[in-house]
Amino acid sequence: MSTDTKAGTLERHGLNDDQLRAMLRNMLLQRQLDNRGFQLNRQGKVPFALGSEGHEALQAGAAMAFDRGKDILAPYYRDLGLCLGIGLTPYEIMLSIFARESDHNGGRQFPNHYSSKAIGLMSFSSVLAAHLPHAVGAAYAIAYREQAGRAVLATCGDGTTSEGEWHESMNFAAIHKLPFVMLVENNEWAISTPLSRQMAQPEIWKRAAGYGMPGRRFNGFDPIETYAAVKEAMDRARSGGGPSLIEGICYRYLAHSTDDNDLTYRTREEVLERRKQDPVPAFEAVLVEHGVMTPQEVDAMRKDVLRETNEATDAAEAQPYPKPADLYTNLYEGAWQPWQS
Amino acid sequence: MAVVSNTSSTVMNNVEAVRATLYEAMRNDDRTVILGEDVGARGNVFLITKDFIKEFGPERVIDTPIAEASIVGIAVGMAMEGLRPIAEIQFADFIYPSFNQIVGEAAKTRYRSNGEYTCPLVIRAPYGGGVRGALSHSVSVEALFYHVPGLKIVAPSFPADVKGLLNAAIDDPDPVLFLEHKKTYRLIKGEVPDGHYTIPLGKANVLKEGTQLTAVSYGLYVHWALEAAAQLQESGLSVEVIDLRSIRPMDKTTILRSVEKTRKLLIIHEDNKFGGVGAEISAMVAEEALFHLDAPIRRLAGPDVPPMGYALPLEEEFMSSPAEMAQAMRELVEF
Amino acid sequence: MRVVGLVAVQHRDPSASSFGRHGLSDQQLLAIFRTMLMHRTLENRGFQLNRQGKIPFASAGEGHEAVQAGAAMAFARGKDILVPYYRDLGLDLGIGLTPYEVLLSLFARAADHSAGRQFPHHYASRRLGVQTISSVIAAQLPHAVGAAYALHYRGERGRAVLTTFGDGATSEGEWHESVNFAAVHRLPIIFLCENNEWAISTPLAKQMGQPDVYKRAEGYGLPGVVVDGMDAIACYAAVKEALERARSGGGPTLVEAKCYRFLAHTTDDDDRTYRSREEVEARRKDDPVPRFERLLLDESILTEEGMEALKRSIREEVDEATDRAEVMAYAPAEDLYRDVYADGWQPWRGEE
Repeated sequence: MSTDTKAGTLERHGLNDDQLRAMLRNMLLQRQLDNRGFQLNRQGKVPFALGSEGHEALQAGAAMAFDRGKDILAPYYRDLGLCLGIGLTPYEIMLSIFARESDHNGGRQFPNHYSSKAIGLMSFSSVLAAHLPHAVGAAYAIAYREQAGRAVLATCGDGTTSEGEWHESMNFAAIHKLPFVMLVENNEWAISTPLSRQMAQPEIWKRAAGYGMPGRRFNGFDPIETYAAVKEAMDRARSGGGPSLIEGICYRYLAHSTDDNDLTYRTREEVLERRKQDPVPAFEAVLVEHGVMTPQEVDAMRKDVLRETNEATDAAEAQPYPKPADLYTNLYEGAWQPWQS
Repeated sequence: MAVVSNTSSTVMNNVEAVRATLYEAMRNDDRTVILGEDVGARGNVFLITKDFIKEFGPERVIDTPIAEASIVGIAVGMAMEGLRPIAEIQFADFIYPSFNQIVGEAAKTRYRSNGEYTCPLVIRAPYGGGVRGALSHSVSVEALFYHVPGLKIVAPSFPADVKGLLNAAIDDPDPVLFLEHKKTYRLIKGEVPDGHYTIPLGKANVLKEGTQLTAVSYGLYVHWALEAAAQLQESGLSVEVIDLRSIRPMDKTTILRSVEKTRKLLIIHEDNKFGGVGAEISAMVAEEALFHLDAPIRRLAGPDVPPMGYALPLEEEFMSSPAEMAQAMRELVEF
Repeated sequence: MRVVGLVAVQHRDPSASSFGRHGLSDQQLLAIFRTMLMHRTLENRGFQLNRQGKIPFASAGEGHEAVQAGAAMAFARGKDILVPYYRDLGLDLGIGLTPYEVLLSLFARAADHSAGRQFPHHYASRRLGVQTISSVIAAQLPHAVGAAYALHYRGERGRAVLTTFGDGATSEGEWHESVNFAAVHRLPIIFLCENNEWAISTPLAKQMGQPDVYKRAEGYGLPGVVVDGMDAIACYAAVKEALERARSGGGPTLVEAKCYRFLAHTTDDDDRTYRSREEVEARRKDDPVPRFERLLLDESILTEEGMEALKRSIREEVDEATDRAEVMAYAPAEDLYRDVYADGWQPWRGEE
């Protein structure tokens, strides 16, 4: 943590109390919504859910460095917190989990595959790294139109760095010095594949030099440090300084998804050991210790987050499914039949 | 048909049949290696290779980085140098990054080296919908590949065929794309003969004899077509149901014999209709047996939209049900 | 890092009389030079035949002679596997391809390795240990890694895979996936980049954000080496060291040889549309062929007369190969249908 407990000062990197509280709220909400997805799946109400436990601090910190209304986010499917942090609502999350008609993509996509043009959230598929060329293309569009002060924040897990499209995207962004930040959320697991089977040396940020861009690693369990690292890179990108590769260290506490049993490939002990780093209670403690919040205020925030989650769940569940006829809309502009007559 | 060395059999589902066949291949031939995402410690996302890594070791059960182009490409190189790789694409939806390695490389290896290098390679890919897989875990890819000379494509429906065809694919001297329908994985159970046997590629199977209509299908829909045909049988309508099993090469004789008998043809598949497998079958029958037909050829296939929306009504709209198949059969019989 | 040492050796004084032989005998040095000359002569022949309208296409690697002849000398014939790219005629020649086979490929005759199916210089030969390749950039790299995996899996120590590519190929996803996989499994393979600064019309500055391919090695966790690609001996030494490491279980290496493409991409390309004559002429002073010729003469490894005799014998050999190959037959039309599969080619099966 970026706390110097002995000196009793908190390295805030310019964040005020409201921003610190907003980050904690995002983290609590992220966890609550994740848990709700898993619960609904166990209750048989939704066929699938996916969690980002362990990524909360990284995503809350990164979202705080995102400039709403200006920047573009190209996330991947484990970015619930980041999407919340840039303006998606819990209700929208629940619409996605329930695959309702009023979901952003009309219930077509898997949960956690959000898109919202209004908040700069690009549409993406489940195919790993496929979104990164899109992110680079968006950055090119910004550069081409000389829109200083805007940048693209793209994220992925450690596993995605092995894809050819990851490499092609990094290389192109570097050649054209695009306003692009590649944020790798390194949680050490790609479904069942540990980092050591993913790459021969464990530090992803070291690939930056080979592309000719700055690289940096940071503690993704600390939202403030994350904020500082992402902000530095985004500021550079926004001001014409080109792309960066930044790597946040975190951990995936849950299985890959509700369809995965992680005990088949890692031990309970490993996960419990890493639970000691859990960023949510740690950040609560930091804010209390430094007088940003009282324990009572943290409690009240948790209750408020639970209330908001419950309300969002009920409101979304009551919404209708899309209609069968909706299968045929928005394939092309206009008619959809391959035969024309 | 199957060359069965043993008359005893075991009831399995399709996952178990794939698993048992891969296990046998791994045990019998140490040139066989399996490579793909999460095939090792996790034992594949459907647990098809569960515990293989314990028995055969990480050298033979290779957890690859997430990099599909190289999963296939590395398997091509292994095959050229004497191994018998079985590459796995975790979901058929993820096969696109490896398109060049399959179409441009594996399928042309023999041809471009004038037979000096060959590519005996199996690429397994779970495909198909009806599993709430949304837009990135539902696709059928056979039509994207069946156009390609040098490639073979198999899509079995029954556990016994899974075993016989997978064995044939593994033994085959050329690259085979082996498509496994996800929905059938645990849904479909059946007797699987014990011992080693193969079913030749390019042989369709007449599952139910009939006289008034030929229904050709493959994959999950074979099971539903059978269900539909059985319903019609109760009202005295006689439908012959053919399971293609192999998409390239495809069995012309069985289709033509059947059509010349029933004089009507319905092709049923889950993949999109336009340019789908049904189009090639329709063209072949029109070329070879037009004057045997008493009705226009009909296709019941997936609508021409991306497979398939996540919300239940969208998925149901995309998929054809046994009732819709029965309806289509009835209409054509009564034409 | 080794990197610095190698560059230092070469850049200290490339034409110094007390040159580093790296253990190469006079005969090996002559063999390297013969490959370089043969490479250049055959490629000129290809361009000539194209201009005469006798063949539709030729490509050339002028400027790559040193790196290819040097690398080929480090290759263990009968043991190592070569997975080259299409600009590797010198490498193929250096490991045993004959001029006659080259002309068969240029003329697309039936007796060619691919029976005239492939573009020129896409050789495939079990005899030589050269894997079949397509023209698709970087598509051969996963195959090379697969071959290295086969060697590793069968515990065949003493064998390794040499795979090559240009600077443009390093931008492909398959390049990344291949290097990464080889590093994870510590496979016996050398990735040799023949960096000639041009990918058809795209200069290196538009190919990558920094100009050194070897610097990517660290990010994958394998050694990276850079070498003067105009110096055959330095290339031999760098590739040999990497191959020996690979053969003895020490894992993969990324070697970058800095060379230059003196000619257009192929006979179908006009490089004046994208680079100046002056640039090319300025780089001609690095031409590896006269440079190596001078070395052999200065070190008295070859006399002037010997040099003339060598050049004459190469011309004669190329003339003879041209005449022999040109009179060979094309493949019959029915050959179109062979080798699609092991058993026939029709997608429809049944009793005819």
